[in-house]
Amino acid sequence: MALYSNAPASYADHTSAPIEHRFNPYSDNGGSILAIAGKDFSVIAGDTRQSEGYNIQTRYARKVWQLTDKAVLATNGFAADGNNFVKRVKQRLEWYEHAHHKPMGLKSIARMIQTMLYAKRFFPYYVYNILGGIEEDGSGAVYSFDPVGSYEREACRAAGAAQSLIQPFLDNQIYFKNQTPETGSEPFIPGNLPLSTVLSLVVDSFTSATERHIEVGDGMEIYVVMNKGRTTDDLLDKKKLGPGMEVEELGALGEGGGERTFLVRAALKRD
Amino acid sequence: MELNGGSVVAMIGKDCVAIASDLRLGNQQVGIASNFDKVFPVNDKLYYGLPGLATDVYTLREHLRFRVNMYRMKEEREITPKTFTHLLSSTLYEKRFGPFFIEPVVAGLTTPTPLDPNPKPYISTMDTIGCITTPKDFAVAGTAADKLYGVAEGLWEPDLEPEDLFETISQTLLNAVDRDALSGWGAVVHIITHDKVITRTLRARMD
Amino acid sequence: MVAKAVETPNIGFDFSNHARNQFLGQRLQGVPKATSTGTTIVGVIFGGGDSGEEPGVCLGADTRATGGPIVADKNCEKIHYLTPQIRCCGAGTAADTEFVTNLISSNLELHALSQGRPARVVTAMTMLKQYLFRYQGHVGAHLVLGGVDVTGPQLFTVHAHGSTDKLPYVTMGSGSLAAMAVFESSFRENMKKEEAIALVARAIRSGIFNDLGSGSNVDVAVITKNGTEQLRNYEMPNERGIKSRNYKFRRGTTAWTKEAVRSLVVSEEIKSTSGAGKDQGGVEVKAVPTGAGAGGEEGMEIDS
Repeated sequence: MALYSNAPASYADHTSAPIEHRFNPYSDNGGSILAIAGKDFSVIAGDTRQSEGYNIQTRYARKVWQLTDKAVLATNGFAADGNNFVKRVKQRLEWYEHAHHKPMGLKSIARMIQTMLYAKRFFPYYVYNILGGIEEDGSGAVYSFDPVGSYEREACRAAGAAQSLIQPFLDNQIYFKNQTPETGSEPFIPGNLPLSTVLSLVVDSFTSATERHIEVGDGMEIYVVMNKGRTTDDLLDKKKLGPGMEVEELGALGEGGGERTFLVRAALKRD
Repeated sequence: MELNGGSVVAMIGKDCVAIASDLRLGNQQVGIASNFDKVFPVNDKLYYGLPGLATDVYTLREHLRFRVNMYRMKEEREITPKTFTHLLSSTLYEKRFGPFFIEPVVAGLTTPTPLDPNPKPYISTMDTIGCITTPKDFAVAGTAADKLYGVAEGLWEPDLEPEDLFETISQTLLNAVDRDALSGWGAVVHIITHDKVITRTLRARMD
Repeated sequence: MVAKAVETPNIGFDFSNHARNQFLGQRLQGVPKATSTGTTIVGVIFGGGDSGEEPGVCLGADTRATGGPIVADKNCEKIHYLTPQIRCCGAGTAADTEFVTNLISSNLELHALSQGRPARVVTAMTMLKQYLFRYQGHVGAHLVLGGVDVTGPQLFTVHAHGSTDKLPYVTMGSGSLAAMAVFESSFRENMKKEEAIALVARAIRSGIFNDLGSGSNVDVAVITKNGTEQLRNYEMPNERGIKSRNYKFRRGTTAWTKEAVRSLVVSEEIKSTSGAGKDQGGVEVKAVPTGAGAGGEEGMEIDS
């Protein structure tokens, strides 16, 4: 019978052919990241669990990094590659500052990340990057990358282990996909949500992902980058933050262009 | 599973349940039909969805129709959602080593009886070999299962009235299948209450 | 019989789809994976000796069922009933643990009935291992079996290939190392019942928090000569908090194109349109001789 023309793999003779062992330089360390752009702010978040297989390597590993006063980078995938990639990005940013006496702009960082990723096209950094921050014109921006440097500016993006869980939820709540507005009222405009709403959506995205994905949990770090002159009342008001959440302002890295970066921490389930 | 595509979701509300599915039938990446129903009625208040391999959808549906008709004639009563779930489960496990590629979802209301005067709304789901789970909130299956888990976990709220449950289950399904290449091409929702069953065809992306 | 004419009368598994599925598996990205219980399950023997406590067995399990990296069930039951005095925790392929324990439970009941005495734990263990060995590990049930019979408390592990162990404290599943670490450091012989429950709960918690395959709640079962205590959701350390937003939609958010409403019969009111003595609006009542027709007389007797 045609179906049986090849013997099943299980009957293969294991003694005749040599068994090859190959070193696999990559690994997947789980976790998830996401970023949402607002009118004059940007939110970049990630969980803090690092795992391999069924083991938790650490409950606190950083996935989100402040690059400049107006740029924050989130990395996800193979943690060793992620950490090293961030290190090299920071080095290139420092060289740029020495050469030009000013910090690199957000969209320039995005283009630089593309070239850095594509430079290793045939031995890639196994990392999904999301860059968030404030654009030159003062608007919030999110750039998302694939491991070899294809990138795009968007209003929101989720990546990592729970991308498939979070992204459709964000489509619905940020882009208002599949929602029809009330008859006679204004159509929905994406990218205009207030910061408090965006923060709640980020928190709920991660708690939902924690419920259903085994590699997501332990804690989360949410970076909020605000344009200069913007009010911080909606973030620093304790009543607006959920229970167990803490805010801390990160000092300016450069001369201080007026942009402010805040770090919000919250706990996630540890099972 | 990935041969024909398709997804089903069920949710519990206040004295009601809802079950919804997409309408796509595909041959891997190629769409074949946009009117392929995956949700079928057993009786007035009991529906089930069969996402998975299309040939098994038909085989299993006819098999179950026969078994439920036999049950109805022998017992002279309608089958309850719980009994139906166990019937389905043992049917699947019978083929433990050559399974149907189907992950069924069951949703129904149990008619009150003197023994059980206040039955709760019932949903359940199984893997391909019949391992039952009976959630208190929602059940998902099919090629967009991951996405449905994520959206449903975010959108579902307890004790929704039938009309609110319709909105929640529809939004869950539409947004999940829009991110799945193998599901979509239209959707249909059934809301089951004690006095009526509402079936609505949704306006959906057709790409 | 109709059933026999249409259906295969064979008992046991049906392999009719096997060749087809192998073919499909080669063409597509493999056959779909079944729900597995990447699990922590444990058991300990306690009491007896100079503890002054009734000897018994304490079993524990977590409640997470997974399909790949996705949580399929947040609160499933992994401690299965075999007989009133025997329970069995299952790890591995979820459907297999469920159906194997159900089958053996039925056979144990028949055995007890035919022998006129309760089945022993070794009997359950033998039935399980012989069944599993027959399927050469393809029935993926990894079990912790515990109970009390005439010979006292008994605790076994049964592997999918049919091998068994008999030990005073055991763990199985993906969280077995995390749980065994707790047992190896803290197990003592002749513990009190409360100590045993606390130790089992601690071992399961260690699996829940340190093994990604295990999670949610702690289930415990305690079996002594006097009976079985099922402590379902003995601890719930992983309840989801309230969400920060309410996601109820405005009615009319979803656009739909077609609607069909199927109204169900909710209540029936029976109105008789003929018959004597019934007061009906608009119907002129005519006097009928008593007992003249069906229902004409109240309390009519049939077998008089």
